[in-house]
Amino acid sequence: MNKMLDWVDSRFPLMSLWNEHLAKYYAPKNFNFWYYFGSLALLMLVLQIVTGIFLTMNYKPDAELAFGSVEYIMRDVNYGWLIRYMHAVGASFFFVVVYLHMFRGLMYGSYRKPRELVWLIGMFIYVCLMAEAFLGYLLPWGQMSYWGAQVIISLFGAIPYVGEDLALWIRGDYVIADATLNRFFAFHVILVPLILLVLVVLHIMALHEVGSNNPDGVEIKKNKDPKTGIPVDGIPFHPYYSVKDIVGVTVFLMLFAGVIFYAPELGGYFIEANNFFPADPLKTPEHIAPLWYFTPFYAILRAIPDKLMGVIAMVAAIGILFALPWLDRSPVKSIRYKGWIYKLALTLFIISFFGLCYLGMVGPTPIKTLFAQIFSAIYFAFFLLMPIYSKLDKTKPVPERVTD
Amino acid sequence: MTDNVVEDNSRRRFLVAATSVVGAVGAGFVAVPFLTSFSPSAKAQAAGAPIEVDISKIKEGQRLTVEWRGKPIWIVKRSEQNLQELSSLNNKLRDPHSEVISQQPDYAKNAGRSIKPEYLVLIGICTHLGCSPSYVEADNPAGNDIDPDWKGGFFCPCHGSKFDLAGRVYQSVPAPTNLVVPPYTYLSDTRLLIGATA
Amino acid sequence: MKRVILTLIFLIPNISFASGGVQLQHANNDITDKASLQQGAKLFVNYCIGCHTAKYMRYQRIGKDLGLTNEELQDNLMFSAEKVGETLDIAMDKDDAKKWFGVIPPDLSVTARSRGTDWLYTYLLSFYLDPSRPNGVNNLVFKDVGMPHVLWERQGWQKLVDHKLELVNKEDEAKAKQYRQDVRNLVNFLDYVGEPNKAARYDLGWKVILYLAIFFLFAYALKKEYWRDIH
Repeated sequence: MNKMLDWVDSRFPLMSLWNEHLAKYYAPKNFNFWYYFGSLALLMLVLQIVTGIFLTMNYKPDAELAFGSVEYIMRDVNYGWLIRYMHAVGASFFFVVVYLHMFRGLMYGSYRKPRELVWLIGMFIYVCLMAEAFLGYLLPWGQMSYWGAQVIISLFGAIPYVGEDLALWIRGDYVIADATLNRFFAFHVILVPLILLVLVVLHIMALHEVGSNNPDGVEIKKNKDPKTGIPVDGIPFHPYYSVKDIVGVTVFLMLFAGVIFYAPELGGYFIEANNFFPADPLKTPEHIAPLWYFTPFYAILRAIPDKLMGVIAMVAAIGILFALPWLDRSPVKSIRYKGWIYKLALTLFIISFFGLCYLGMVGPTPIKTLFAQIFSAIYFAFFLLMPIYSKLDKTKPVPERVTD
Repeated sequence: MTDNVVEDNSRRRFLVAATSVVGAVGAGFVAVPFLTSFSPSAKAQAAGAPIEVDISKIKEGQRLTVEWRGKPIWIVKRSEQNLQELSSLNNKLRDPHSEVISQQPDYAKNAGRSIKPEYLVLIGICTHLGCSPSYVEADNPAGNDIDPDWKGGFFCPCHGSKFDLAGRVYQSVPAPTNLVVPPYTYLSDTRLLIGATA
Repeated sequence: MKRVILTLIFLIPNISFASGGVQLQHANNDITDKASLQQGAKLFVNYCIGCHTAKYMRYQRIGKDLGLTNEELQDNLMFSAEKVGETLDIAMDKDDAKKWFGVIPPDLSVTARSRGTDWLYTYLLSFYLDPSRPNGVNNLVFKDVGMPHVLWERQGWQKLVDHKLELVNKEDEAKAKQYRQDVRNLVNFLDYVGEPNKAARYDLGWKVILYLAIFFLFAYALKKEYWRDIH
């Protein structure tokens, strides 16, 4: 065994990769609950790819056959129902995990110098993930698939001069049609997953270059053991965090299994009832809403009573997250040492985010639209005013070493 | 202190091993749905369900070809003479007594490799590389080129394998075994059910 | 805390299917009740399959799940099919259907999932006489529906009085009561047809979670053991 390892190692940097990223990657020893979601996101990526490959074997990307082929998977293929539920529920769980992972970064300032690139690459992953989810949602070819795609692609029509032609070009037909389904399938199973994989590798490489942040926002590399050169507050990722993550993964999988086996539609939040009607270009469902992970942005879109401005606001809501590393001017990273202003701002932001998430799901009424406008304003204010309030905020002194 | 460490290591090793074993069992279970999703689906099984064939119209020496599970199934009505000649070929054949059990159901392990001697039922796929052999009757002049003493049978054009009128393979041809007899049963004197055993 | 949770539950948006403003009645069906499923299947092949299909469902599968032998399946359920491997499809001409009903009767394979069982249950109970409609009936849940009241003989006619449904003949009371049970069985069957693997799903679920719970014990002990180095 050892001989074989040596043989490989003299031809491939196996040991140095293992050491660099696992056995001698020193992570702060004070990771808390929020630090499970990075490895969980990786787990979800693998799970989506594996289940996706198996779905591809029986799915037919053809407007005439797509809906039927999904039912074929659900009924006739051995365990097809399980594989399909893992994939469909997995998409929602992937977003739950990614949102919590991003919130962790927001709380502990993981986007601050020197981790700006980690955050930026992560944001690209998030955008790709949204594209991937949107593309994949068309494939079952149900009513929500069809009309959801119709509405979102029509947004491109808001772009002045070229919009309508662009939307036509994306669809490849005058409405969402077979051509659209086929190209979405190609993007969903090949293009976007490839980009995602590359970005995930870059994300981890960038992280391991600068080292992980922690709930205290203390740079553990500033305090190294003079003899060994190892950070005194660092512990090797493997075995300490690998065994810890296994525990987290197990608990997560129990939740995941609970939903897959006992509530795969989760009351319509994960799989919408309307999507069990086959796509019908002549009949719009009474109520169209995207799945929950898109609704905050959908609510912002609807809050603005102008097509073009609405689209701009929606894109800006995602775009502004990219600028986060340069908006925060606080002298400290972690929320633990920030003052009441930041804590208040973050609380308002969270309330707005959930509020928008809810409002995007339900039909608009004047009062709901007003709330959506208020929440949208808070959403943007949280970022745009950050350079001011993060400077004004009275922070607490940050300790030299991490706390337990 | 050192004692403690030794104790720790054994506990640690036990836990690593135990967790790995339980985890490997779980991984095995996870593989099951993915692997079984490869086996024929309900649709494929329905399409591959047994088929009924009316054999009343077949004349002596004629062959009827039907399709079952996408494969050609031959039904040949043999004459009394055909059946008597079968045993005379035994020393030219590789497996004259149908010893290879995978090639026919038990009830077809007899001299004519069939339930009723006159009706031969075979899967028309050469056991060499999957071509479909052609039927060459005893009185067909082409038979002389296959074997100077041709008594009727099947000849595979791909690589020259030869089979007699019971689907038994000749010696010194590429095909290793006799042609396969599918499971079948008689629903009545004139109706066959192919694909199921009685 | 409890109150907060309750408030949150009420805030969860109601995204169930619209029902024309009618309060839906609960179907209260049970997909593990095989007798009910068998009754429902019989009703389905006798009344529904003349116009509707369930083209993703196979007879053989129904036989297996409902505990019927192939002979029972062929004698009791298969009037429009020959082989048990076939799906519940029919050969009605789509243009004819459009002429007769104004719409093509939808495939019912996943209707229980798209409309919901409560909707189906209430819908089938809510036909009433309406001379203004071409086929003489209307429906409270599905206004101006193209479908006639196929099961009227089992229920008796209803009429609309002050936005409420009433039997035209009071003698039909007993029949109407039995009809509710019939509809429950039928909806139960449609629920089963919507996801034939549901029972298998419930059955596998607890085993998976139990396995994970056992694995958790080992993983947690392992983590504790290693982390003694740190604390």
